[in-house]
Amino acid sequence: MTEGSTIADLGRLAASGRVPPPEVMARRARRWGWWFFVEAWLLGAKAWAVSILLYMVVTPLLYLTALGLGLGTLVDRGAGSVDGVPYLVFVGPALLVSTVVMSVGGELTYPVMAGFKWQRLYYGPHATPATPEQIAVGQLLGVMIRFVVQAGIFWLLLVLFDAAPSGWSWLSVPVAVLTAAAFGAPLQAFAASLEDEGYQFAFVQRFIIMPMFLFAGTFFPLSVMPVTLQWIGWVSPVWHGTQLARQATYGAAEPLWLTAVHVVVLAAMALGGILVGRRIYARRLGS
Amino acid sequence: MPVIVARDLTKVYGDNRAVDGIDFEIARGESFGLLGPNGAGKSTTMRMIGGTLQRTGGSMLVAGLDPAERGPEVRAHLGVVPQQDNLDEELSVRDNLIMYGRYFGLPYSYLRAKADELLEFAQLTDRGKAKVGSLSGGMKRRLTIARSLVNEPKVLLLDEPTTGLDPQARHVLWDRLFRLKEVGVTLVVTTHFMDEAEQLCDRLVVIDRGRIMAEGTPRQLIRQHSTREVLELRFGADRNAAVVAQVEDIGSRIEVLPDRVLIYTDDGEGALEAVTTRGLSPVTSLVRRSSLEDVFLRLTGRSLID
Amino acid sequence: MAEVTRGAEPFAALYGRNARAVIERGFKVIRHQNWAVMVSGFFEPVFYLLAMGLGLGGLVGDVTGPDGQPISYAAFIAPALLATSAMNGAIYDSTWNVFFKLRFARLYQAMLQTSLGPMDVALGEIFMALFRGFLYAVGFMVVMLVMGLVVSPWAVLMIPVALLIAVGFASVGMAVTSYLKSFQQMDVVQVVMLPMFLFSATLFPIDVFPTAIQWFVQAMPLWHGVELMRDLAVGHLDVATAGHALYFVVMSVLGVWFTASRLRALFLR
Repeated sequence: MTEGSTIADLGRLAASGRVPPPEVMARRARRWGWWFFVEAWLLGAKAWAVSILLYMVVTPLLYLTALGLGLGTLVDRGAGSVDGVPYLVFVGPALLVSTVVMSVGGELTYPVMAGFKWQRLYYGPHATPATPEQIAVGQLLGVMIRFVVQAGIFWLLLVLFDAAPSGWSWLSVPVAVLTAAAFGAPLQAFAASLEDEGYQFAFVQRFIIMPMFLFAGTFFPLSVMPVTLQWIGWVSPVWHGTQLARQATYGAAEPLWLTAVHVVVLAAMALGGILVGRRIYARRLGS
Repeated sequence: MPVIVARDLTKVYGDNRAVDGIDFEIARGESFGLLGPNGAGKSTTMRMIGGTLQRTGGSMLVAGLDPAERGPEVRAHLGVVPQQDNLDEELSVRDNLIMYGRYFGLPYSYLRAKADELLEFAQLTDRGKAKVGSLSGGMKRRLTIARSLVNEPKVLLLDEPTTGLDPQARHVLWDRLFRLKEVGVTLVVTTHFMDEAEQLCDRLVVIDRGRIMAEGTPRQLIRQHSTREVLELRFGADRNAAVVAQVEDIGSRIEVLPDRVLIYTDDGEGALEAVTTRGLSPVTSLVRRSSLEDVFLRLTGRSLID
Repeated sequence: MAEVTRGAEPFAALYGRNARAVIERGFKVIRHQNWAVMVSGFFEPVFYLLAMGLGLGGLVGDVTGPDGQPISYAAFIAPALLATSAMNGAIYDSTWNVFFKLRFARLYQAMLQTSLGPMDVALGEIFMALFRGFLYAVGFMVVMLVMGLVVSPWAVLMIPVALLIAVGFASVGMAVTSYLKSFQQMDVVQVVMLPMFLFSATLFPIDVFPTAIQWFVQAMPLWHGVELMRDLAVGHLDVATAGHALYFVVMSVLGVWFTASRLRALFLR
């Protein structure tokens, strides 16, 4: 307010009459609070939009060229084909799922920490009618919107590389996002429970994300590994997601019950993570 | 009818009774203060008013609603200025205001116009497009206060509103807040600055270790718990305690602090004359009016700022 | 680095002859650091070796080694992974780590308020990075031994070569850091590192590429590091081996000189 402004101006500022009554505001927030957080997340992401988009295009190009085409030359020379298809077709959907899950490791760790601790970003909305549960869900959904775009771009490139012969290949996009949620929601809950500086995230990166990328059926079928190690695939959302994505992109053959297991495991992890995360958010913000 | 009523309000963390059974009522349009040192339980009380912290015991009604049960409804009535700024540093100044308003379910058409008014109020009109990260501490504080007004709240909760600001910025803020009160906004202010409490509050409670020590208007509290004037004497750190015996009987009460001796009396100049008549020569001497600081010292035996 | 420090007059203002103090601090940190965090850095190349070498190796079969003889896929990628790990460690320490201490921990600010000069800080930090790199390299060599991938006595030279690669990358990395202003620019470093790892003959030979791309890859430092390591692993030494080594010696000298000339810009800002 400048020196010249009057009590009348201030009166309008404090009570313009254009604001609905509190109970109406509260009702809207109870219904849409989670979405308001997503809106804020999207607005923040706008600042990075160009560099994130560039990353979303360049990373699949690099991986598909090097690990699909380059490495594929070696594999196709050695084994002929994997799972009955050229190596590029075999590894393509797996790379789609894996790269999205790797991005989860950046989006649902340090930013969650910043919300509670460093910048205390969650405490702003917490003082409004929005609830901690809505903040938890909003954070996850905002990130998932990013992954829809990321997986969508990867899928387009798969098609351009001629690595997705099936007409259903677009289903790999929702599969990748579901996998991201299956890994991301529990990770978000874990990050929300941490009180210290988050050095644990380096562990998550090195002992969970990296091994999932390498051992959970991305580069070779799980059956190549000794039976005693195959559990790594079974407990990894990446494997379940990758197997689903392979069915979508080239119609990989799998018994129906196993397909059902993939979907159920991923959905259960995502849902469980959200439920636990909501509770942790509520407990931490309310204490 | 009071807008906020707290009865036997209690918050216990483990063994620590952070808020230990306090009662208060705040009337509509009033400016109410919670004065006490850091850790007295002021912020804890504030957060229980907004329902962002669950109380351990007692009852609380805000606009007739229990914040523990109806958090979103209660917070729709409130504007909250937290002790630590929690602005979104990655968004622009203007977007911070707009996004915050979205959490109240307010439409963009309203928020775009409102954001401009609030920027003017906070004297940040020319910084609207800047990232919050680039603002100074005082600017951030003004933005946080502007942000709390986005839903046109009838009640404003201000937790240590001017801590960390330079003297001039504090006076500007006090002026803003005072004018808001004049147009009918209820202010609830916590502070550990007695001058802030005197400037802003119609009525206040002095709070220490989770309990209310006294309640009243600043003038009432000073009249009840202190004398009209205070004589401050400094004899040097090693001599302050030694001279106490010689000046003890001059005022109606005496307080010895590590760096000075306070003599409470209704006639400060007279007391100073009495001191010099006895052949004592303090390094510095000062006669001043009693303040809330003296009230707090009287009630708790401790100083507000440690 | 000795040639730069020994009595070099232009650096008198930058060098307090006490890099030891910085190194001592480094060891104190290591001692109190979370050991698991430190050790975890060792696992990344090992995981790659196990997954790609053994898992994918079953599909790939044998590939052609540097001497034209067929070798197992695991033996083919192991030296490349060691070179990559040396690069990653050196780049991390000279960019992220330096930038963080500079901007957020303000550690260097405190150090430079004492009689230490920027050169002491740089030397101390590079030494600590090399020490970590040395530990990881030795650990990785042990894994290679256990997996039967070491077939030539020349392979023992892979450890000093890992340090040479680290010096090359760390010295350039530190100079680059002196130009960086924000964490976002730090991501650019990653954008350069990922393709270098993927395309520098690490996981497959570069003859799958068109000639133009092969030339480009051959200009990149990591390719020389990978080839050098691979030659040593099987004991196949020739002029090309010397060329790869020379590449890193030149890169290190230029990098150290570059960093030295940027020390003021890096620390005194």
